[in-house]
Amino acid sequence: MAIGWYLAVSALIFAIGAGGVLTRRSPLVILLCLELMLNAANLALIAFSRMHGNSDGQIFAIIVMVVAACEVTVGLGLIVAMYRRRVPINVDGLRELQG
Amino acid sequence: MAEVLFFIAGIGAVAGAIGVIALRNPFYSVLALVCHLVSLAMLFLLLRAEFVAAAQVVVYAGAVMVLYVFVVAYVGGQDEPLGPRAGGGLRVVAVLFGAVLFVELCIATLGSGLKAIGSDGAPPEAGFGSPERIGELLLTKFLLPFEVASFLLLIAAVGAVTLARRRGGLTAAEDQARYSAMEFLRPADTGTMAEGVGDRSPAPLVEPRPAPREELR
Repeated sequence: MAIGWYLAVSALIFAIGAGGVLTRRSPLVILLCLELMLNAANLALIAFSRMHGNSDGQIFAIIVMVVAACEVTVGLGLIVAMYRRRVPINVDGLRELQG
Repeated sequence: MAEVLFFIAGIGAVAGAIGVIALRNPFYSVLALVCHLVSLAMLFLLLRAEFVAAAQVVVYAGAVMVLYVFVVAYVGGQDEPLGPRAGGGLRVVAVLFGAVLFVELCIATLGSGLKAIGSDGAPPEAGFGSPERIGELLLTKFLLPFEVASFLLLIAAVGAVTLARRRGGLTAAEDQARYSAMEFLRPADTGTMAEGVGDRSPAPLVEPRPAPREELR
């Protein structure tokens, strides 16, 4: 398959993730949509790595996976802290910062 | 063969992504993301990135998703109404934004004039995508990002523990387990002034055992 097809799939997944961040209200699902966007970037990185025939892009993808794991850890910690403080698990209900 | 596999995996990945944002229950969203990640690992395999595909399945679809499932079960994945509160306008704008973003990304990547985009890619180097090559690169050319990533993981672990620990002070049982030095200097319940003011609580009185009730005859 031509590399362009992979890039098109990657763009489509990224757009779906961005739309999900805008429409959903639960912070859990917003984190999932962030994962979608990071994975779309990973797919593009690996496609470009294949395009050059060079393994460097795969290292980038692995580092992105590490960053995604950190983001999940901190984000889920925040959600658990919100649940403990009886804050509603809803991004529209978080108005303490007057956002 | 590669085309068929690509379309199966690509449709699976896109369907999983749509399932994440369209399913009402967060639990089902997590399961859709697992499906998406496995399909994506298949795409990675088609791109000859074997190690990244294996890491994707083991780390992402395995460990991270289990963490998600635990938190959804803890928080209680209640169904949420899908429509935005302010009516359908926000959703229309979001879908429009997604479509525009997709077109823009396609223009940016496919229309970039890179000649190799239409090809199957350059002939890969020796050991392309194998664990040996990845490990060698991580420990030689990309040593600094590797170390920084390990520090980032450490910081994230400490941050998660700090965020999720219990707040609101000690409970009564833990308060009583704290001793002050005074209790070892002077025995309690000796009528000192500190006890009279109430600074130092006297030893708890031993409750007299209630007299055994007389049996009814």
